[in-house]
Amino acid sequence: MTLIQRLTATDQPLLKVTGLTKNYGRRIGCADVSFDLHPGEVLGIVGESGSGKSTLLSCLAGHLAADQGQVIYDGQDVLAMAETERRRLSRTEWAYVHQNPRDGLRMGVSAGGNVGERLMAVGARHYGGIREKATDWLGRVEIPADRIDDRPSAFSGGMQQRLQIARNLVTGPRLVFMDEPTGGLDVSVQARLLDLLRGLVRDLGLSVIIVTHDLAVVRLLADRLMVMRQGRVVEQGLTDQVLDDPQHAYTQLLVSSVLQV
Amino acid sequence: MTDQAYNFAYLDEQTKRMIRRAILKGIAVPGYQVPFASREMPMPYGWGTGGVQVTAACLVPEDRLKVIDQGADDTTNAVSIRKFFQRTAGVDVTEATADASLIQTRHRIPETPLTEGQILVYQVPIPEPLRFLEPRETETRKMHELEEYGLMHVKLYEDIARHGEIATSYAYPVKVEGRYVMDPSPIPKFDNPKLSDSPAIQLFGAGREQRIYALPPYTHVVSLDFEDHPFSASKAPHDCDLCGAQESYLDEVITDDAGSRMFVCSDTDFCAGRRAQGMKGRLWASPEPATEELA
Amino acid sequence: MIRVENLSKSFAMHNQGGAVIPVMSGAELAVASGECVGLVGQSGSGKSTLMRMIYGNYLAAGGHIHVDGLDVTQAAPRQIIRLRRETLGYVSQFLRVVPRVPTLEVVAEPLLQLGHPAERARERAAGLLARLNIPERLWSLSPTTFSGGEQQRVNIARGFAHAYPALLLDEPTASLDAVNREVVLALIEEAKARGAAIVGIFHDEGARARVCDRLVDVTAFTPKAAA
Repeated sequence: MTLIQRLTATDQPLLKVTGLTKNYGRRIGCADVSFDLHPGEVLGIVGESGSGKSTLLSCLAGHLAADQGQVIYDGQDVLAMAETERRRLSRTEWAYVHQNPRDGLRMGVSAGGNVGERLMAVGARHYGGIREKATDWLGRVEIPADRIDDRPSAFSGGMQQRLQIARNLVTGPRLVFMDEPTGGLDVSVQARLLDLLRGLVRDLGLSVIIVTHDLAVVRLLADRLMVMRQGRVVEQGLTDQVLDDPQHAYTQLLVSSVLQV
Repeated sequence: MTDQAYNFAYLDEQTKRMIRRAILKGIAVPGYQVPFASREMPMPYGWGTGGVQVTAACLVPEDRLKVIDQGADDTTNAVSIRKFFQRTAGVDVTEATADASLIQTRHRIPETPLTEGQILVYQVPIPEPLRFLEPRETETRKMHELEEYGLMHVKLYEDIARHGEIATSYAYPVKVEGRYVMDPSPIPKFDNPKLSDSPAIQLFGAGREQRIYALPPYTHVVSLDFEDHPFSASKAPHDCDLCGAQESYLDEVITDDAGSRMFVCSDTDFCAGRRAQGMKGRLWASPEPATEELA
Repeated sequence: MIRVENLSKSFAMHNQGGAVIPVMSGAELAVASGECVGLVGQSGSGKSTLMRMIYGNYLAAGGHIHVDGLDVTQAAPRQIIRLRRETLGYVSQFLRVVPRVPTLEVVAEPLLQLGHPAERARERAAGLLARLNIPERLWSLSPTTFSGGEQQRVNIARGFAHAYPALLLDEPTASLDAVNREVVLALIEEAKARGAAIVGIFHDEGARARVCDRLVDVTAFTPKAAA
């Protein structure tokens, strides 16, 4: 299905978040966050360190328990669902790309095993088939097929990050969470990764929530932007509109603070 | 006969009750690792403290005990554990598999088929089959709870990717009654088929790790594999050089500095039994041919 | 196709003492299919601002903008995204792309977004690049390394890849030589002929005279200096 077909196929949001709140004791993690995410949409969340963007992402992905609010994924209440079900979702329909590939990869397992794990987790039991699919995905993230039996520890940072993406996308998820996916990478490597991500998002019609502090990354990847400060959403809208015509004082400060190259 | 300074079978009755509860729970949930409060035993970890505690909790004065290490009754570990229970419980001992009511074993299942009423106690060094790839205990427990066993196949995948076949030849993971994935202790994978549908009770004790798990009689146990790389219970492609057995698990013994070798049954009782019936292998000429050379 | 009603805009500068600067009020504009309207007015009079508001890039303070029936001032982001993908094209003065992506892909992307087969999208992109005299040896390189004029032509090719029913052109002929200027003007005429509604900003008076059916002076929408 093309993106447009997906967009027009249904007007139901894939993810509906209402009043999501998480506190760490008396400190606010994130407060009263609400938004809809539709199939095929890429939502960027920006804000400085401590603004609550990572807390929000962790709550959405179920890594942290929210204090209040609702997260409805495809009609199911994520916060109320049994852990078995939630973990099944996170192995099949969801994916989570960590900033540090070490957090998202098994460093002691070969590239092929890393990509194959999610397949085996959902019941694939044919070695040849698993390997074929892993090879295909390595190719899609531009890792040479002859590296399939190498461990990620032998890979460069950019390659590790691409491997993490392949490992996440191999089961055809619908919703991808990304936490600073271009974070620790060289600028030249970042560009390659961004291009790759854009292509995958477009071709697979993925819905993505991407957390970053890099405004250039969201401008290139995100359809919509949410600006967070001190746990709250201060502004949201079309990415280029928020960046080019920011309404909130904090967003104006954020945008004007970016160094021009 | 019993050394009166000790309670029957060394452990106090409260400890034995605690261990029996863990055993009963393990039998009720086949393949599930039950935590228990492992005691200090008068032997180092790695010498079978888990198995010894399970044996102690199961022993009754009428029992006849057999202890094997790698299939042999006469190795240090087997001898000391056997003597330990002779001294602390005063039970009869035997080397004959068929005569034993309780068998404690390290790394083997006897060749002679077990029967109803027998208990086989395994010494287990690492009970967690998932630890190889997931070191966090909290996470592996969660994976067992939620039946997330994809990782186990990752290990087998890595084997094939690296060696062209599943190279895991002992401690080969199994799935119990379609539910829990279990480490059968470091028995050779040759023994894996004997785990399944056995008439005997099989108990697994890990002392350092404080875990007990169990297979009640006639439990269905399947060795994990891939459709295109099916499990096979392999052994060295030889016959026993002493008794000529073709279907028993063999130890390879180097007999001189020139690299001469012989293959002998690892199950000493099984081998001796066959020889007593007059069956002979390639090197069985004099009563003790190998012993002399080895000495 | 494009209808602007009583549109106003102001910028609030929160970090500069909270100054609110009104830049536009009472703007009116209507562009029919097949028509090209040129925006005129001196620099800073709000031509680009109006164009950006039509594209949804700037928020309106008041009034309405209808593009193909959708009120851009009220629409949800994803409706605007869809509008931009299917209906409303925009050739800005600056090319903004992911570094390292080959020029051919940059130009083909609007078509790929719409789900056109990659082969056909690249064919169309190649045709446009050739017509705009971008040497074929550059097609596999990223346009970020190109000269200003080349970048501008890549931007135009990208803007014309899909046959948008409505087009916004911000100085499409600036920094082009006579030959390429001619190509761009022909592209605009072809778009008009197939029924595209076009709003353009042209400093080049010859170009303006040739493609624009009428002109709108945005100075008329400048708020009276509120004393």
